[in-house]
Amino acid sequence: MTEKISQETVIKVSRLARLSLSPEQAEKMTAQLAGMLEHFRDIDALDLAGVEPMTQPYPIKNVLREDVEVESLNREEVLGQAPAAESGRFRVPPTIGFDV
Amino acid sequence: MKKLVEIVAAVGGGSLTATSVLEEHLDRIKAREGEIHAFNLVTAEQARTDAAKIDADIKAGKSAGPLAGVPIALKDNMCTRGIETTCSSKILQGWKPPYDATVVGKLRAAGAVVVGKTNLDEFAMGSSTENSAFGPTKNPLDVSRVPGGSSGGSAAAVSAGFAAASLGSDTGGSIRQPAALCGVVGVKPTYGTVSRYGLVAFASSLDQIGPFTQDVRDAATLLEVIAGHDPLDSTSIPQPAASLVSVLDHGVKGMRIGRVTDLPEGCEPDVLARLEAAFDAMRDAGATIVDVKLPSLQYCLTAYYLIAPAEASSNLARYDGVRYGNRVDAPDLNAMYAATRESGFGEEVKRRIMLGTYALSAGYFDAYYGKALKVRRLIADDFASAYAKVDAILTPTSPSVAFKFGSKTDNPLAMYLCDVFTIPTNLAGHPAMSVPFGLGADSMPVGIQVLATTLGEQSMFKVAAELERAS
Repeated sequence: MTEKISQETVIKVSRLARLSLSPEQAEKMTAQLAGMLEHFRDIDALDLAGVEPMTQPYPIKNVLREDVEVESLNREEVLGQAPAAESGRFRVPPTIGFDV
Repeated sequence: MKKLVEIVAAVGGGSLTATSVLEEHLDRIKAREGEIHAFNLVTAEQARTDAAKIDADIKAGKSAGPLAGVPIALKDNMCTRGIETTCSSKILQGWKPPYDATVVGKLRAAGAVVVGKTNLDEFAMGSSTENSAFGPTKNPLDVSRVPGGSSGGSAAAVSAGFAAASLGSDTGGSIRQPAALCGVVGVKPTYGTVSRYGLVAFASSLDQIGPFTQDVRDAATLLEVIAGHDPLDSTSIPQPAASLVSVLDHGVKGMRIGRVTDLPEGCEPDVLARLEAAFDAMRDAGATIVDVKLPSLQYCLTAYYLIAPAEASSNLARYDGVRYGNRVDAPDLNAMYAATRESGFGEEVKRRIMLGTYALSAGYFDAYYGKALKVRRLIADDFASAYAKVDAILTPTSPSVAFKFGSKTDNPLAMYLCDVFTIPTNLAGHPAMSVPFGLGADSMPVGIQVLATTLGEQSMFKVAAELERAS
């Protein structure tokens, strides 16, 4: 299938997933993921040419409703559950100056 | 312990009050919950208010609902307006949803009394409840053993008589496996039968809500109430709930029941012996046992553990410390996301987010996720061939009876293998249920799984009822 997963890849994936793993966690995670991916190689033996991918079990298409106003969630109740809110909006830390 | 249908008859008929039924269950919670830890939250006061209202309505001559006075527990991943919903995760601790899940509204409208929110493996990821951030649930039949998972609290609550019934969610076996391990009935309906609106998403193409009950009739009664189309869930099947209670006494005479000849290995002999006894019972009741082959089943674990984490990594991206749940402050937005998620998620959840993110990432998508979706098709095709020949299939629910705490926590793959018989159903979107069928090793209960094709709930319940009569 592919080469064995490296610790560098694990660290890159953890950034994509917005998880900050410590070096010890990254090492443990690398070993565990490598073990699982090794097990998952069993499907390499299958001939999957021409097989249509199955993304959902029950085919329902074009699920639309009439474009009419319906009651929505209460704004104060929603914002009241946010870690920080201000003037009817969610409040977040500065969005610039970060390192991806 | 009173069955759900007995409670409905007694409360509706006026021989018992909803309040007295509730107090009986609260007494059992008081006596044993400290030892079992089935609940993250017991909503005793709200339940007393709700029960008193039902009693007043009945006294005033209003018609009793189909679940009048039934104490019900909800897995703590179903939204309850104004009542804490945690998914047994630190990241959601304290969160009070601004709306009710559709199933919660249906239960209340039917006269059920919600007694609390039950413990689970964090975000429903696990097979033992050992991954709960708030500590494990114990198996009421032997507290040195796990109740199964992820809906372990819901299974334990019914097994211990804390509630007459409960709801769980099943993504790869999370209703059926704990039902088997705790000796109760657990049903995963056809995907799209029960609304997922307000069920906190784990893997959206696999998740389905279903009931835990003491017996098959109770399960049919409860499922009839919670099933049906919901415009708030775009994957909800647009047709009314099937009639299930009406078929329970039909028997299985003339039905064709499948025996899988290439079942994945690793099942304990005590469980396989009960499976053989189940086939004998079906034959005695007039069914024909037909051999079927499901060659792709051996790849189900791989397909599932690529697809479910991939969907989870996407679904759990929403826990970022902005709109709900907890936040760990940091100088900028990205640092806040990472600090919040690092502190809020447990080890297994992180492992699955990592696995899913990897399987979806550039360069690996086709090799892992893309391939898994094709294997999913092969598994569904295998089932389609089998269901051309049979009306239902029997397998074990779990490869073993309830295991001891700590015996699988160091080896994620060993834990994942607990779901080898339940996962294929979720991949195919079919219904399946676990029915207690005698005892296995150490006198612990064994569950037999009844599987049927899409919307084959009536066949499934006929077989389940017959199994129960024979057990």
